[in-house]
Amino acid sequence: MNFAILQFPASNCDQDSVHAVRALGHSARLLWHKETSLGDANAVIIPGGFSYGDYLRTGAIARFSPVMHAVQGFAANGGLVLGICNGFQILCEAGLLPGALIRNRDLQFHCEHVFLKTDNFETAFSAKIPRDKILKIPIAHGEGCYYADKETLERLGDRRQVLWQYCDARGNLTETANPNGSLLNIAGICNERGNIAGLMPHPERASESILGSDDGKWIFQSIIAALP
Amino acid sequence: MKAKIIITPKKAVLDPQGKAVQNALEHMGYRGIKSVHVGKFLEIEFDGDDAEAARKSLSEACRKFLSNPVIEDFKLEME
Repeated sequence: MNFAILQFPASNCDQDSVHAVRALGHSARLLWHKETSLGDANAVIIPGGFSYGDYLRTGAIARFSPVMHAVQGFAANGGLVLGICNGFQILCEAGLLPGALIRNRDLQFHCEHVFLKTDNFETAFSAKIPRDKILKIPIAHGEGCYYADKETLERLGDRRQVLWQYCDARGNLTETANPNGSLLNIAGICNERGNIAGLMPHPERASESILGSDDGKWIFQSIIAALP
Repeated sequence: MKAKIIITPKKAVLDPQGKAVQNALEHMGYRGIKSVHVGKFLEIEFDGDDAEAARKSLSEACRKFLSNPVIEDFKLEME
């Protein structure tokens, strides 16, 4: 499988994403944001970082990069796209995912491991996650508070678009387990069609046990298994 | 021509920055502050003299890019 990992000015988790995919035995290459074609990519990862310095709003400028036209077309044809952290922010700004990510409730930058409960195991991003497994994955963000209006939140729930929620080690959805104030403890969602997903935690930083957890690999394994 | 754009967080959206600024003002001794909201201010200078066309064009830019309608409102003033 060939993963295309986008690279914007000031993306900084692109190399980690390439490494994580290659460590799982698949092919990954970096794709500069000015490219207009995804080539033979089977899946796209929009990595974390501070694209364009988070100027104006996080992801606001990156969403207009030439490569995003190709990503829109790829996604419209059912291609799998995963946005991680800044990638999630870019997908929301681009309107490919609903809602928005705003400043963490306590105004602090949070760099720590969190626990995630998977809410929908029937997606291309979660099918390989062992049932009842609480994922331990690190976050590193200052603007990860997920916000959407009441109607959107209801729709996300009804259509099973919430993929991951922040929880404690035992899987309880508590306020203290929520590092950033995200509504409904939402850590990651997908679109209605189920081919585009975004999450604030960094699975590429938890794909090898030497990094403290390899739970992130289940997300990549899910994508790999879903590819034709 | 010049345009001034003020972008503010929607009332329904949590504004922890506004809250932090309010707390700080109160700690400094300023009384009677009911709320604070922190937003953004943009000043755009551009060519041309058709104010109506410019306003239409900039409004579109505000909706599509300069503000995020999910979480922000904007006010556009032409000079």
